[in-house]
Amino acid sequence: MTTTPRAPSWLALRAAQWNRLGASLMTWRRGRLSRQDALKALEGYRGLARDVASARQAMPGNPITTALETLYASLHAIVNREPRHTLASLRHLYAVEIPATFQDLKPRLLGVWLLFALSTAAGWWLIHSWPTLVGLVASPAMIEQVERGQLWTDGILNITPSSILSLRIFTNNIAVTIFACVAGIFYGLGTFYIIGTNGLMLGGVFAFTRQYGLDGDLLKFIFAHGTVELSMICLGGAAGVALGESLIRPKLASRRDSLQQCTAKIAHLFGALIPLLIICGLIEGFVSPDTSIGWPVRLCVGLANLALMYAVLTGRLFKSAAAA
Amino acid sequence: MSTDSLIVTSATGVDVELAIAGPGSRAYAFVIDWHIRLLLALTWFAVAAYAQTGVVYLTGKSAPLAITIAVVPALAIYFLYQPLLELLLRGRTPGRRMAGVRIVNRQGGTPSILALLIRNAFRLIDSLPVLYGVGLCTTLFSAQRVRFGDLAAGTLLVHDGDTEAKALAHLGALSLNPALDAGLLALGNDLLLRWPDLESATRRRLTRELLVRIAAASGTVPTPVPEDSVYDRKLQQRLRDALAGKIA
Repeated sequence: MTTTPRAPSWLALRAAQWNRLGASLMTWRRGRLSRQDALKALEGYRGLARDVASARQAMPGNPITTALETLYASLHAIVNREPRHTLASLRHLYAVEIPATFQDLKPRLLGVWLLFALSTAAGWWLIHSWPTLVGLVASPAMIEQVERGQLWTDGILNITPSSILSLRIFTNNIAVTIFACVAGIFYGLGTFYIIGTNGLMLGGVFAFTRQYGLDGDLLKFIFAHGTVELSMICLGGAAGVALGESLIRPKLASRRDSLQQCTAKIAHLFGALIPLLIICGLIEGFVSPDTSIGWPVRLCVGLANLALMYAVLTGRLFKSAAAA
Repeated sequence: MSTDSLIVTSATGVDVELAIAGPGSRAYAFVIDWHIRLLLALTWFAVAAYAQTGVVYLTGKSAPLAITIAVVPALAIYFLYQPLLELLLRGRTPGRRMAGVRIVNRQGGTPSILALLIRNAFRLIDSLPVLYGVGLCTTLFSAQRVRFGDLAAGTLLVHDGDTEAKALAHLGALSLNPALDAGLLALGNDLLLRWPDLESATRRRLTRELLVRIAAASGTVPTPVPEDSVYDRKLQQRLRDALAGKIA
């Protein structure tokens, strides 16, 4: 048999507590909770849960019950929010999570590199065999400039300042890398498409510039930044393949859960990808277009960048942090 | 599971029910946020350009430093508005606040930073081909009105609005006589809350009946209220006093 709770022991006595909880809610939501506040919130949450249960039984559908449920939902969001340990989390990210994810993605990365290399070769063969198809991989302005014997990158610093150029480049590269990854949600097909078209364009452009003897200049332009930039795009692609795989062969009960688990895992990788792409953008904006910088410096910058990428992805750069 | 609400089993054993927001509320919040970030970016650009060159625009001949100072922060404001505000305000933005929605994880809690970043990364897919076409389609046809970003991050958009403020105001204004049981108190407070929406004859009848029950529960005899031009207001005050235990 159910009975209506007596007011003195519940509604009348609890109202003051609800008002106190309501008043604290805004403060708790905004900032970091002290230990005392956290305990207070938990205690209030438990008490409110009992009140909601009683209210649902004693006065279902009543505005008081609705108000209590609203307060309970707000408090639930606060109590269940994840802790923030920014510095410790960052240390763990670079020392443990990124290397582990990179290790997991290695077989897929190999596959994506292979796809990229094959599509680059295909692009080269296509434009080399049928030069009139160059319109597929280059814009009319680029074609015109190459036909005049100049690379489209020549004199680029006279038009755009290095800072803006860098910003534009790394924003674009980050977008392409993220896109190569998230396009994997279409069962991996979106990723294959992005990697394939990027390879085709690169191969095609090299074949086209070779016809005018500019392929060496193009290689000189892209070497310092391109090695890491392309590696990052391929790594984004490998993450996209993993995303697609999580939908095709889910490891958990549902595809949605499997996708969420995989996304949360590969998202760590972007903690390395984004800073490295920003560095590539800065090199592409300040070093690559500068014609006064010769091959030796470009070689050093390119190799140093590669070494940095390897150190970040394998966690060697943060070994001491991990040991601590 | 219902498509209109998310029911979360809490550790306390008492379920939390959250109303899921549809594509309309989502689009409304986005449009507000989009206008805010556009206005902020344009304002920065115009002010910075004016400070450097004396006019509110830049040309190809403007100094590189002027272009950098005007363009870089303006682009940063435009592109980072959504992710940065979401991270700082735990999934809330001015647009969402105005549209009365908020982001929660599947446990009904505030989403983590990682979840918010994932959600934002998937905007690249959801915004295809134009005007969030993919996102709009998935929110129209998916079971819980989610876009790809929400699916991947494990988040949902739920109604929040001013219900919390209303709830707090309501709880703060409750009249609670310790001698009355919860049912009677709830009924009386419900009547006070709905007072403006009820017809005069209905609320008079309900109030008189309720006053009799309150008097019986308190072991007193109800005092008649004189019927004059302000009869309704007097009746409302009498009920409030009776529920608060201020009159016998």
